[in-house]
Amino acid sequence: MNLTTTTGSTLPRSAGPAAAAQATGLPDALRAEWTKLRTLPGTGWILATLGALTIAVGAGTDSATRCATAVSCTLDTTKVSLTGIEAGQAVVAVLAVLIITGEYSTGMIAATFTAMPRRWVVLAAKAAVLTGMVLAASTVAVAGSLTAGRIILAANGLIPAHGFALVSVSHGPTVRAAVGSVLYLALVGLFSLGVATIVRDSAAATGAVLGLLYVAPIVALFLGSNPVWQHRLERYSPVNAGLAIQNTIGLQHQPIGPWGGIGVLAVWASAALLIAGLQLRLRDA
Amino acid sequence: MTAATTPYRTSQRSVSDSFARLVHAEWTKFRTLRGWVLAVIAAVVLIDVFGLLVVNSGGIQCSQGSGAACLPSVPTGPGGEAVNDSFYFVRQPLPGAGSLTVQVTSLTGMISAQTGGFIGQHGPAGLTTGLVPWAKAGIIIAASTRQGSAYAAMMVTGSHGVRMQYDYTSDIAGLPGAVSAAAPAWLRLVRSGDTITGYDSASGSRWTQIGVAHLPGLTGTVQAGLFAASPLEFTPNFPSYGESGGSLTGSLATGVFDHVRLQGGVTGGWTGQNIGRGGAGYDGPLIGYRQAGGKLTVTGSGDIGPVVSGSANTSYDTVTIADHLLGVFIGLVILVVIAAMFITVEYRRGLIRTTLAASPRRGRLLAAKAVIVGLVTFAAGSVAAAIAVIVGKVVSRGGGAYVLPVGALTEVRVILGVGALLAVTAVLALSIGTVLRRSVVTVAAVIIALVLPYILGVAGILPAAAAQWVLRITPAAAFAIEQSVPQYHQVIGQYGPPDYFPLAPWAGFAVLCGYAAASLALAAWLLRRRDV
Repeated sequence: MNLTTTTGSTLPRSAGPAAAAQATGLPDALRAEWTKLRTLPGTGWILATLGALTIAVGAGTDSATRCATAVSCTLDTTKVSLTGIEAGQAVVAVLAVLIITGEYSTGMIAATFTAMPRRWVVLAAKAAVLTGMVLAASTVAVAGSLTAGRIILAANGLIPAHGFALVSVSHGPTVRAAVGSVLYLALVGLFSLGVATIVRDSAAATGAVLGLLYVAPIVALFLGSNPVWQHRLERYSPVNAGLAIQNTIGLQHQPIGPWGGIGVLAVWASAALLIAGLQLRLRDA
Repeated sequence: MTAATTPYRTSQRSVSDSFARLVHAEWTKFRTLRGWVLAVIAAVVLIDVFGLLVVNSGGIQCSQGSGAACLPSVPTGPGGEAVNDSFYFVRQPLPGAGSLTVQVTSLTGMISAQTGGFIGQHGPAGLTTGLVPWAKAGIIIAASTRQGSAYAAMMVTGSHGVRMQYDYTSDIAGLPGAVSAAAPAWLRLVRSGDTITGYDSASGSRWTQIGVAHLPGLTGTVQAGLFAASPLEFTPNFPSYGESGGSLTGSLATGVFDHVRLQGGVTGGWTGQNIGRGGAGYDGPLIGYRQAGGKLTVTGSGDIGPVVSGSANTSYDTVTIADHLLGVFIGLVILVVIAAMFITVEYRRGLIRTTLAASPRRGRLLAAKAVIVGLVTFAAGSVAAAIAVIVGKVVSRGGGAYVLPVGALTEVRVILGVGALLAVTAVLALSIGTVLRRSVVTVAAVIIALVLPYILGVAGILPAAAAQWVLRITPAAAFAIEQSVPQYHQVIGQYGPPDYFPLAPWAGFAVLCGYAAASLALAAWLLRRRDV
């Protein structure tokens, strides 16, 4: 299907080799990747799952959260509402892994690279299309989570009268957490795409990505006997650092600041994509 | 299909259809893929490397130096468990049968005014009036004054009423409520051979039997008398389910005893002794006893009870063998990938058509695959866990942490339990892979089902009550199989993963088995029902 799209759009100009090379620019690659992803039967389901799972886990956490006053327990209401991101990131990873490994497992990748010999353009197009889809779906997921948080947490008595901030878009740090969470999922998608391009096998790529995303926080959690490494993991592991963007209170006590944390994740994603791009250039498809 | 065949073909089919042949065929498929074999080996290595790296790699510092030099000498009770056995003991020898009766008219206490105060310090400064919930004073009959000896005791406590406790781990409730001069509590212990019976009474005339303790170590002359103890108060760093560390504060308790009557004694005079010098708690001038006007006042610090993990009631670092199993999460991810691929690769490559043509009984094919994937992961998991537990104990001790002792059977259960946990998880991945036929979604689903609830449960994201429910009903409940030491309601501790779970070891494991069995049944049904 990718071949049809590409040749269809370039047919009038594909007279010579020079014209063919010109025809495989980024806009064509973007259209090709968009068509591929859009027409897969699973994509819609995955994006719907992203929204539903994120909002469901967030709402479940909201309804389990109870606290008499802010003195007896410190609760970041915005962060609690956005707990679902912990689950949603796995769905983003699945989508990202499928985009690239689906081509490898079906052999489609050979056709793709034949049509678009500049491989980094293919990777960039895949990254752009993935980012667009994830941004759109996670905006819905984050908005839904915050709405659920505002309603459910307030119903549980977590209200300003008891010392808790209402989840509100007029509150600067909450906006930062909301925008940051959308960015976070997009970066998780790019990171996963990079890792999956390097690994190529779908099951192994999923294991590698989810292992990095979920096991590092567990190790960090129980590394109390080694505070130096615990601190390093909390600052520099992709999930621990990236989710720092959700903090709206007690920022001075966190191992890493909100923008610094999302920056660390951005470095992880860029490094993964960079290595993936190099690998694509250097090795056989 | 099988009926209309010639004898010749029937005999051949019975050979190729035999389950052992099928298992052998699947084993050949597995072992000839070098990547899978290497991945299984990698899983074992990573389980051990991570499990051992994270344990006390920082090394513990203390006044004697660092690492193993800091290892405390911890008494163990008659059951072999590590115990705290520090209290003030006012005693007389009791050569044979006899009984000890007292009236307790008051239990008061002091706590260090500063959180974390007088741990390892022994000055009188900075005390404030207060009674910790499990401060205790009462009567005790102990085999000897050696720490860790067998005993039975009746006591009043800070906020849990009258209790009978014996041999460190047993606790039975008696009369509720606090004691005062207006509402005293009467306590009695009766010894006959190695059997001690505890009674309590509000009036001193009508007695209620609380419990009977058979203590095999209690022969010949034993020590009977009055005691007072007050455990370290634990304040967690932040409220969550799971270990987050905390600070300890020393405390002391004072009991006032009246109408003290020992029958069967020989000397008639009391001797005071500070057993264990208050443990890590208070060991200053307030400790001791006073006899005036027929009343005995005893002040002590420390505790008589089991040590719990997480350093919640000890001044030294405690770990359990489960603390060396953190790498299991990494091994689990790798083995889930392999187990899922064991079936999804057949679909992707179209090999499933050949496989099903060769063995048309699809349920048996799934069973054969489950046997292979289960056995391989069970063996890998058990070997990895055995190394992690056995080497981990040495590494932890070398780092200066006290590893809570457990019986050999418990250790074997934990080691084989990790193997079983990984095996059942692999079967779950195989089943879901058969249902979905897609490896990406399968791997993601199994990891989300096992690892995400664990994170949500222990990372302080969910409140403790919700976290416990998550670890009861999701497949992550199975990590309960790693528990090696029990929780005690009579000891305040930080009861959470990785050492403690809301379900008992086998109950938690059964939850995962339930999920695996259900998905295996669904997979078998779908495999038979639908086209390849």
